[in-house]
Amino acid sequence: ADIISTVEFNHTGELLATGDKGGRVVIFQREQESKNQPHRRGEYNVYSTFQSHEPEFDYLKSLEIEEKINKIRWLPQQNAAYFLLSTNDKTVKLWKVSERDKRPEGYNLKDEDGRLRDPSMITTLRVPVLRPMDLMVEATPRRVFANAHTYHINSISVNSDYETYMSADDLRINLWNFEITNQSFNIVDIKPANMEELTEVITAAEFHPHHCNTFVYSSSKGTIRLCDMRTSALCDRHAKFFEEPEDPSNRSFFSEIISSISDVKFSHSGRYIMTRDYLTVKVWDLNMENRPIETYQVHDYLRSKLCSLYENDCIFDKFECVWNGSDSVIMTGSYNNFFRMFDRNTKRDVTLEASRENSKPRAILKPRKVCVGGKRRKDEISVDSLDFSKKILHTAWHPSENIIAVAATNNLYIFQDKVN
Amino acid sequence: MECTLDAQSLISISLRKIHSSRTQRGGIKLHKNLLVSYVLRNARQLYLSERYAELYRRQQHYPDGAPLLAMPACPPPPAASPPELGALPLPPDAQDREARSCSAVRGGAELLEVPVCAAPPELQQRAPCRDSSPAFYRASSTAPGPGSPPGLLYAAGCDFGAPHCSSRTTVLDLDTHVVTTVENGYLHQDCCSQCPCCCQPAAGLASPPPAPGTKRKYYPGQEEEEEEGVEEGEPGGGGVAGGPPFAPCTKRARFEEYSAEHPQDSSNISNLISIFGSGFTGLVSRQQADSEQPLNGQLCSKQALASLGAWTRAIVAF
Repeated sequence: ADIISTVEFNHTGELLATGDKGGRVVIFQREQESKNQPHRRGEYNVYSTFQSHEPEFDYLKSLEIEEKINKIRWLPQQNAAYFLLSTNDKTVKLWKVSERDKRPEGYNLKDEDGRLRDPSMITTLRVPVLRPMDLMVEATPRRVFANAHTYHINSISVNSDYETYMSADDLRINLWNFEITNQSFNIVDIKPANMEELTEVITAAEFHPHHCNTFVYSSSKGTIRLCDMRTSALCDRHAKFFEEPEDPSNRSFFSEIISSISDVKFSHSGRYIMTRDYLTVKVWDLNMENRPIETYQVHDYLRSKLCSLYENDCIFDKFECVWNGSDSVIMTGSYNNFFRMFDRNTKRDVTLEASRENSKPRAILKPRKVCVGGKRRKDEISVDSLDFSKKILHTAWHPSENIIAVAATNNLYIFQDKVN
Repeated sequence: MECTLDAQSLISISLRKIHSSRTQRGGIKLHKNLLVSYVLRNARQLYLSERYAELYRRQQHYPDGAPLLAMPACPPPPAASPPELGALPLPPDAQDREARSCSAVRGGAELLEVPVCAAPPELQQRAPCRDSSPAFYRASSTAPGPGSPPGLLYAAGCDFGAPHCSSRTTVLDLDTHVVTTVENGYLHQDCCSQCPCCCQPAAGLASPPPAPGTKRKYYPGQEEEEEEGVEEGEPGGGGVAGGPPFAPCTKRARFEEYSAEHPQDSSNISNLISIFGSGFTGLVSRQQADSEQPLNGQLCSKQALASLGAWTRAIVAF
C-alpha cells in the first residue's frame, strides 16, 4: 500500500475516496445498514480502484512530474454515475465511476467468446438481451485538463454552480468549465514580473459553498484573500484581506515558515473560514478581517523544537483541517499518529491516536496527552518520544454523521461514533 | 527558543536543502524553497549583525583617524557547507536564469566559506577619498593569504560612512546614490535611499520598472512561450547603473539589478530592524544598537541588512 495523499467523502457520505503517492485512487462505499445486524452500522468497503495518474516526463524542461494525487474532489451526483476530480502536480482529470450489472447477450455477428461469425453461416436472427452479471465498477477518464499550470497544483475546488471548478498552483489560479479541456481562464496571478521579487505563494484555494462568484485563497505569508469574480476578470485585487498581525515576541528564524497556511476550508454555512498553519488552527469570520475569531493550539509544544523540525524537514509538512457537518467541531492532524478535535461550542479539545497497536477495532479511542515538561504521568507521552515520521496530514469528516476518515501514512482509519 | 543551531549552521543547512531540492522528484518546489530562503535571510541577518557588533566594538578602540579598519577575522565556516554547488534548482519556466542563479548561490556559499578568500584580482586597493571625481569610495580586500583580514572598512571620518560590512568591495556612486557591493565576484546593488547622507532617494535605478506582465485569458502553452521570450530578450550583460564595470560580473550584475520595488524593500528592511530589536535582544545588545547612531551606525546596519534582500532574492529567483 502506498502513502495516502488525500482523503475525501462525497456529498452524501456514501463514498470515500483516497488518493495515494502512486497515482492510484481507491474508493470505499458504505454498506447499506441492515436491520438484522444493527451493530454493523454501515462499514466502508472497497468499491473501486483505478490508476488515475501516471508518472510523466516533461521533455522540454527535463522535469519529472510526480503521479502523486494531491487532491480529490467529488462532484454532486446528478445521475447513476459518480464523478470526481483528481489532480497531480500538473494535470486535473475528471473520472466517471459507474456500475455495470447487466451485459448484453445474444449478438448475431459474434459468439459468446467474442469471435466473429461468418455472416454466411447465420441462418436466423435474434435480438440481444441484457442479462444480469456480477456487479462491476468501472472508472473511466472523461476529461483531462492539462497544460495549464506552470507550477505545482495544490488545490482544486468545485464551484457551487456545478459547471465550473478552479485549480490553483503556487502562483496562479485557473477557472475551468467541465466541458472544455483546451481552455481555462486565469483568475488570479500573483507572479511578479521579476521573479526575484517573489515573496509569497498561493497555498490553498476554495470556492464559497453557496456563492458561485466568491472564493478564497491562502498564502505562504499567513494571509487569506477573498475574491469576487464579478468585480473583474482577473481577481488580483481582493475583496477582503484576512491577516492577523504577528506577535513580535514570538519572532524566530522560522516565523515565516510556521505562519504559512497549509489549508483553508469554508464552513458548511459559508459564514466562516478555517485555516491551518504549522502550529495552530484558526477560525475566521468572513465579516472580520483583522484577526481570527478563534485560535486553537494544535501542538504548541513543538514551538521550542522548530530547529530540529527544520533540519528533518517536518516543519514543511502541510496539515489539512476539516469541519464536521454542523460546523461545531473542527479536526486536524498532528505527529505520532495523533489527531486533534476542537469543539467550538464547549471549547473542549481531545487528542486521539490512529494506530493499530494502541487500539483494537471497535474499541473506544482513549484520549491521549502529550506531556510538555516536568513529571510525566503514566499515560502521557513526552514530547521527545513523539514519532515525527508518523504524521496525520489528511483527514475527512462525513458530511452529516460523526464518521471520520484519518490517513496515517499508508493506512486509512475510519472511526465512528459509538453506538448506544 | 531552544535552538542548538547558530546562524551559520542554519545557513549551511538551508543551502543544502536548496541544493538537494534540485534532485528531488517532481521538480523544484517553489513554496518550500521560498520558505527556506526566508530562513536563510533571517540567519544571515543575525550573522551579519553579530559581525557588525564585533566591528563596532573594534571601532571603539580605533577612533577616527585610522583610514582603514581591519575586519575581525570571521569565524571559520562550518565544514558542512557544500564546497561546490552545482546549478541552482531551476524553475519550471525560467531555465535561462540558470547561469545567474548559479552564481548567486555560489556567491552565497562562498560568503560562508571563505572569509579569507581573495576578492577578484580586478579589485584594487585604494585609499578612501572624500571627493574624488568619480565619487567612488572603494574598499577592497587585501591580497589573499590565510592570515590577512578578509575585508576592510572605512573610518568613520568619511562623509559617507561605513559601507557594507560583510562585502569585499563597496562602491558608492554619489551621482545615482547607488551602492554596489561585490563579494568574490558576486555582485549586488543596493539603493541607499535610506542613507541619511543622501538627500534625495536614489533616482537612477538600474533598470526601468518591470513592464506589467500580460495576464489575461490563458491558453495552455502560450504563457510559457511569452515567459521565455521575455527572458531571452533581456541582455545578459547589462551594466550596473552607476557601478563600475566589473568584467566578470556582468551577467551576475544584471541578475541583481533592482527596480522599482526598492521602496518596498526599504520598508521590509525597517520592519526587520525592528523585529531584530525585539526578537534577538539576547544576541545583539540594545546598548550597541542605540549608540551606533552617532557613527552612522544606523546607516551601516541598514545597509548591511539592505544587502540581504539581494542575496535572498538571488536564492529564491526561479
